[in-house]
Amino acid sequence: MGREPRRAVASDRPAAAPRPEAGAAVVVPGETSIPVRSDADVVLARRRGRELAATLGFGPTDLTLIATAISELTRNIVLYAERGQIVLKGIERNGKVGIVVVARDDGPGIPNVPQALESGFSTSGGLGLGLPGVRRLTDEFDIVSEVGRGTTVTVKKWKR
Amino acid sequence: MVVPILKQGHYLIATIPTALTDADLQDLRDGLVAEVGLYRSRGVVVDITVLDVMDSFAVRTVRDIAHMTRLRGAETVIVGIQPEVAFSMVELGLTLEDVNTALDLEEGLALLDRKTKRAGKGGEIRGT
Repeated sequence: MGREPRRAVASDRPAAAPRPEAGAAVVVPGETSIPVRSDADVVLARRRGRELAATLGFGPTDLTLIATAISELTRNIVLYAERGQIVLKGIERNGKVGIVVVARDDGPGIPNVPQALESGFSTSGGLGLGLPGVRRLTDEFDIVSEVGRGTTVTVKKWKR
Repeated sequence: MVVPILKQGHYLIATIPTALTDADLQDLRDGLVAEVGLYRSRGVVVDITVLDVMDSFAVRTVRDIAHMTRLRGAETVIVGIQPEVAFSMVELGLTLEDVNTALDLEEGLALLDRKTKRAGKGGEIRGT
């Protein structure tokens, strides 16, 4: 171990422990981390997310919304950062069950986050980040991005 | 994953067998656009019944297939969009407004029959 420290990014553990937050969510089952390197990982990540959400008891419509959100987030990593990871976990807060998706990369970062969140749906022409769409598909949306350091998007979806 | 493209009369039928990567979808697009010319096809059916996710990239590529084949003289109809997928597309603000859609393969072929028949008559039906 430590022989090739740069490869440690693809471990099964998240790079940093999740930060505790107000009304701290309790992790239900274990968490899954999926290294993201190519567009094949987009398919893998959304399938894993769908499986976990199905285990948590989400209905068919929510499963599709969750899988679609994961697809968009994972593709952003492939397109803009080339590599990163998707972390999936079940959570519980105030008796409600939910799923958390964390999309983390150490790519170029987003210079203007508010603009990325407001720039319409960007469906027709170029490659939009799709972040407004992801926000609509999920219940809670959080983004931390620093130019030159990377981007972390955290979304939550609660079971109805 | 190569999506097989079947030739049936004047139509091409591509039934997506499983979840596709972005590259697979682009290959399908390029294959259909080429084969429309190769077989002088009048219509294309893309069956996406098995797809459980249509994200922005997939919707854009499907729309590109329809537009590009139309520029080559063939009508494309997308069939098999599942209810949940339709819901998520609307939530995402993704539409296929100027793209033919139909419930399933049977309806898609019927739509193509109507479309290509009308096109075949050309100016004759004007004013009727």
